[in-house]
Amino acid sequence: MMTIKETFPVTAGDMTCAGDVSARIKRQMKQVGVPAAVMRRVSVGTYEAEINLVIHSLGGQIDYEMTEEKITIRVVDNGPGIPDLKKAMTEGWSTASNEVRNMGFGAGMGLPNMKRNADEFQIESTVGVGTDITMVFNI
Amino acid sequence: MTIREIAGILDAKWLCCEEEADREVRYAFASDMMSDVLAHVGEDTMILTGLINSQSVRTAEMLDVPCLIFVRGKIPHKDAIQRAEMIGLPTLLTGCSMFESCGRLYAAGMGAFKLEEYNGEGGNDDD
Repeated sequence: MMTIKETFPVTAGDMTCAGDVSARIKRQMKQVGVPAAVMRRVSVGTYEAEINLVIHSLGGQIDYEMTEEKITIRVVDNGPGIPDLKKAMTEGWSTASNEVRNMGFGAGMGLPNMKRNADEFQIESTVGVGTDITMVFNI
Repeated sequence: MTIREIAGILDAKWLCCEEEADREVRYAFASDMMSDVLAHVGEDTMILTGLINSQSVRTAEMLDVPCLIFVRGKIPHKDAIQRAEMIGLPTLLTGCSMFESCGRLYAAGMGAFKLEEYNGEGGNDDD
């Protein structure tokens, strides 16, 4: 059975490269013929996660795994962790800076949008340690 | 409506991929916030924005939108246009404001992508 696995590091603070990992994952999905609707959901979820890593985290990585049945995106960062997960999952709630808002992000839609697009969504976060998100998309 | 017709309605100038002018567009969504675009844009929906950095193009790329229009005559950053060219995204620039761009397109029959029904409360995805 076909399995594709890859890990991509994401650097904190570098908005010019934000989206590179998502674009690479999208190209891989296109190459193997993932249906357009699934590809769009994975792309949106991964891009939101990548933007979050760049603007909120101290850096981290995105793991991508594809089998014939599903695509799993795991996003792990090196902190700082989210103090109030319930608030962070609320649409419109954001701690983003004005600089980030000027880049078109920080409307407080990221985490809820990841959850909405994924078939399974899990998030764990510990302040001082980091955040660990898993999104599963059925093909 | 084709992108060629849209360009005419908005007196817009092509920034790249004019060879795609006959591509059909059914809906439009207008916002300077890419977070909102990512949360709301569906299939066959073009984006109108005043956000001129490369994140507007990257957002369009993730959503496979048929066309991207920069409004208010704001010339996008060079890396944004380069990326649009690279991924084959038809991209235009209009001198119209966001309001006028939307008004002209709506009057010409462009559809609005239907958002999930607004329930009168702030959004909450706790269910």
